[in-house]
Amino acid sequence: MDFSEDQIQRYSRHILLAEVGVEGQEKINAAKVLIIGAGGLGAPIALYLAAAGIGTIGLIDGDVVDLSNLQRQVIHFTEDVGRPKVLSAKDKINQINPDVNVITYQELFTAENALDLIKEYDFIVDGTDNFPVKFLINDACVLGKKPFSHGGILRFEGQTFTYVPGSACYRCFFYGPPPANAVPTCSQAGVLGAIAGMLGTIQAAEVLKYFTGVGELLTNRLLTFNAKTMEFRTIKGKHNHKCPICGDEPILTELIESEQAVCDLQNHKKQ
Amino acid sequence: MSTLKINGNVQEVNLPTSVLDIIQLNNVFQPDMVSVQRNGEFVLKDDYSNTLLADGDEVDFLYFMGGGSK
Repeated sequence: MDFSEDQIQRYSRHILLAEVGVEGQEKINAAKVLIIGAGGLGAPIALYLAAAGIGTIGLIDGDVVDLSNLQRQVIHFTEDVGRPKVLSAKDKINQINPDVNVITYQELFTAENALDLIKEYDFIVDGTDNFPVKFLINDACVLGKKPFSHGGILRFEGQTFTYVPGSACYRCFFYGPPPANAVPTCSQAGVLGAIAGMLGTIQAAEVLKYFTGVGELLTNRLLTFNAKTMEFRTIKGKHNHKCPICGDEPILTELIESEQAVCDLQNHKKQ
Repeated sequence: MSTLKINGNVQEVNLPTSVLDIIQLNNVFQPDMVSVQRNGEFVLKDDYSNTLLADGDEVDFLYFMGGGSK
């Protein structure tokens, strides 16, 4: 890839980094990333990846922008209320960086479409808000051998880790979803808006590290932080040999959607 | 007295003590919503009561965090 003068200028602060350089920037521009959820986490992830020049960004989200989203979903503006989130996000990405090819999917990420969707991309980013889909993303990426970044936020806290084939997966850390409705989501429990930015930008940095090969990814480690104390912790994890999807004798050999998905879907329709 | 590292903090305990004892001793908020790691290895819920801890063990309670989108 030959960069134009504009592109060299646009990406100059990356190119200046010895660890990135022109070569690293070329890898970023050639990368295809699927962002699942164009909400609290998806917003900062998409903005920073667009600015960084990720070549293709896929966005999947079935929702429309709600006024209550604007407190943290910084890719959507007041005038976007009522518009499909993927279209609102696409507009902003195009305005930030016309180099980026944006592909939108105005639908839910399901057991039926998961494997077909992820196979078109090099890296998957979880920006969803509920456990059934988080486990589905994990399972699809493990089965489809795709790297992904997990992210979760709640109230004043966030957690994230990065998966590459062979490293500890979400089920190695958490095994399976918590009891349905036992754990509140942001829509039920609330979240400090800036937490979404804190965690989403960590996820975006992991994506850029993955493609440029810079540093050490957040694999086999779970990063958690609590904004009340601003304490960050990294908890070491290991690939779990008893993991139901990537262990020695996996119980799960195909994608399933847990019960809460149905529950969430019903709630979603009521809104 | 033996010492354990619970969520990164040193805690003195009397052995023998199980993962379940430590959950109760620490008044873990909503135990259904944590995943327990002992020395970086996942502990199955069914094994909480029969997993006995040793001096110097590191135990972490990982909370499910589901938010992000809506």
